[in-house]
Amino acid sequence: MIEIKNLHATVDGKEILKGIDLTINPGEVHAIMGPNGSGKSTLSYVLAGRDGYEITEGSVSFFGKDLLEMEPEERAAAGLFLAFQYPVEIPGVANTTFLKSALNAIRKQRGEPELDAMQFLKLVREKTKALSMTDEMLKRAVNVGFSGGEKKRNETLQMAVLQPKFAILDETDSGLDIDALKIVAEGVNALRSPERSMLVITHYQRLLDYIVPDHVHVLAFGKIQRSGGKELALELEKNGYAEFGVNEAA
Amino acid sequence: MAATTETVEQVRAVTEQKYKYGFTTDIESDVAPKGLNEDIVRFISAKKEEPEWLLEWRLKAFRVWQEMEEPRHWAKLSFPPIDYQDAHYYAAPKMKDRPKSLDEVDPELLKTYEKLGIPLREQEILAGVEGAEGKSPAIAVDAVFDSVSVATTFKAKLEEMGIIFCAISEAVHKCPELVQKYLGSVVPYTDNFYATLNCAVFTDGSFVYIPKGVRCPMELSTYFRINQANTGQFERTLIIADEGSYVSYLEGCTAPQRDENQLHAAVVELVALDDAQIKYSTVQNWYPGNAEGVGGIYNFVTKRGACRGRNSKISWTQVETGSAITWKYPSCILQGDNSVGEFYSVAITNNFQQADTGTKMIHIGKNTRSTIVSKGISAGRAQQTYRGLVKILPKAEGARNHTQCDSLLIGDQCGAHTVPYIENRNRTARVEHEATTAKISEDQLFYCRQRGLSEEDAVSLIVNGFCKEVLKELPMEFAVEAQKLVGISLEGSVG
Repeated sequence: MIEIKNLHATVDGKEILKGIDLTINPGEVHAIMGPNGSGKSTLSYVLAGRDGYEITEGSVSFFGKDLLEMEPEERAAAGLFLAFQYPVEIPGVANTTFLKSALNAIRKQRGEPELDAMQFLKLVREKTKALSMTDEMLKRAVNVGFSGGEKKRNETLQMAVLQPKFAILDETDSGLDIDALKIVAEGVNALRSPERSMLVITHYQRLLDYIVPDHVHVLAFGKIQRSGGKELALELEKNGYAEFGVNEAA
Repeated sequence: MAATTETVEQVRAVTEQKYKYGFTTDIESDVAPKGLNEDIVRFISAKKEEPEWLLEWRLKAFRVWQEMEEPRHWAKLSFPPIDYQDAHYYAAPKMKDRPKSLDEVDPELLKTYEKLGIPLREQEILAGVEGAEGKSPAIAVDAVFDSVSVATTFKAKLEEMGIIFCAISEAVHKCPELVQKYLGSVVPYTDNFYATLNCAVFTDGSFVYIPKGVRCPMELSTYFRINQANTGQFERTLIIADEGSYVSYLEGCTAPQRDENQLHAAVVELVALDDAQIKYSTVQNWYPGNAEGVGGIYNFVTKRGACRGRNSKISWTQVETGSAITWKYPSCILQGDNSVGEFYSVAITNNFQQADTGTKMIHIGKNTRSTIVSKGISAGRAQQTYRGLVKILPKAEGARNHTQCDSLLIGDQCGAHTVPYIENRNRTARVEHEATTAKISEDQLFYCRQRGLSEEDAVSLIVNGFCKEVLKELPMEFAVEAQKLVGISLEGSVG
């Protein structure tokens, strides 16, 4: 599904990613764990196509296509979704309007018919219920005045509506209390399917208790230092990132 | 990512194509010779078969105008000198007489309005086609082509209720006492350079009278179209809402794409008597000029409403996306006790457009209230200024004003300026002013694009969100149009 080969990326001339290799097959959930500044968020932004990152080496193939050549919206239409660590506020734009515009923009790019207001409302109501979100949250402006938990639930709702083939969850656990974390994790787990793969990016093992990965990778100094099964996360929880030469005590 | 040069190309391509109203209509016209003098004023008045008092009024205005200077010193606008002698002050599609029905109107003209999407054909409804009336709220349209009103729809239906909706040139003959009483009563012929010029040479426009206690059952709309080259358009609108009446009025405008600048100097006067309410909405989409700033309409407009009666209310809602230059301050004179004035504005300037726009709220009566919401969006190399005056006179006990003025910048070569003037001469009055300036953030754009929206759709969505408070004030049919217009006006502005 996605094949990342020897990916190097720089920001303002500083190399952040120093040769990432990672292959994710359909249905797999991979977790990337790493300390602050290891390049986790850079990886998610580079995959989603954000401006300001220069790819100096390497390739990313997404369903056989060159992902790095695509505009961000083309990547979205191809089935890539990024759940943001800090979801962005868009004042004055109702959550439903945003979601409907996004869904129809993607459907249009794919040559599928756009949904009308009634069809869309039916779809979104269904998804909202599953995430214990209220209709009131749909009417509010995108992320404006949302609590941390509401923002993350909103990201999950968007994912549920857009039905991506590959979802990157960037620090989805940050800013969540345990109850909110459970709700979001349930929402994410409900989306797990043999066709859909996920890349869960996190600093802490806690999230992985709820979204259990098939593979765990440790990212430090811009490279994947070690890969393993879900037990690797527990090991990291115990020993920290010290064995990779990272001093987090400071 | 789109490189800068690519973006520039894109802006060019889009700007030149986007003005879909840029066509001209090939039609035989009656045109007055170029130039401006008393003879031209007399010529216009004679063409309209006007009574003596109106000709005298025009001539007085013309004499005052000759002594006046263009208001260049205070507005933040720059443009080359205008040669007022190098324009035609009268152009009319050739017609034997004023058409009595649409069948007598030149089919070329009707085609033009059809192209513009203006519903002139009311036959369907008049003929009683089933369901036609209930489908959507009907709109009665007065279409002004160059200097002449060519057609007014739904006249008969409105007349049943005592509503007068016709060309102002027609009203002069039909209800001279109303015209004489109110014309110039809100914007006097000595008011300002452009308004005074309008008094001297105005050619047509709409007239509305809503009798006591009548709620106008449909939106009234005037559609202005400049077609003839080198022609100024000077229309004059007069709306009178008698006691306890209500009317919602819409104004739209387009012009062909031409390389030279064309002058548009309109005057709109509104009068609301006791308990009357006037809602005036404008979507201004005159040709803005091309991406290099060549051509476009100079839009110098004086709009003013007088809340003469107790508990009267006047609302101005404007979406300004067109014109090379916009100079316009729709105002309210809040004379009656408890009267209310509102101003909701979205102004979008792109490329080399300039706008100096805002409002004046003059509080005279007790407990008068006013609300100002202004949303300015600048892109390209455009310059935009909000200029507003809130004036509370000594007798305006308990007057209140709230002003909110937000600017949004796209790119780093445009400018937004806010110039609020507040004069308060009553201690019990309360005046509030809030202002913000923001840029569309990279974060917002990326977030939208990650969800599948193109860059342009993202800008359009974000800007529409920014303008929402104002757009929701527009009548339904207009709001959808306006939302699209917001997107089109900013196409190619991000890169």
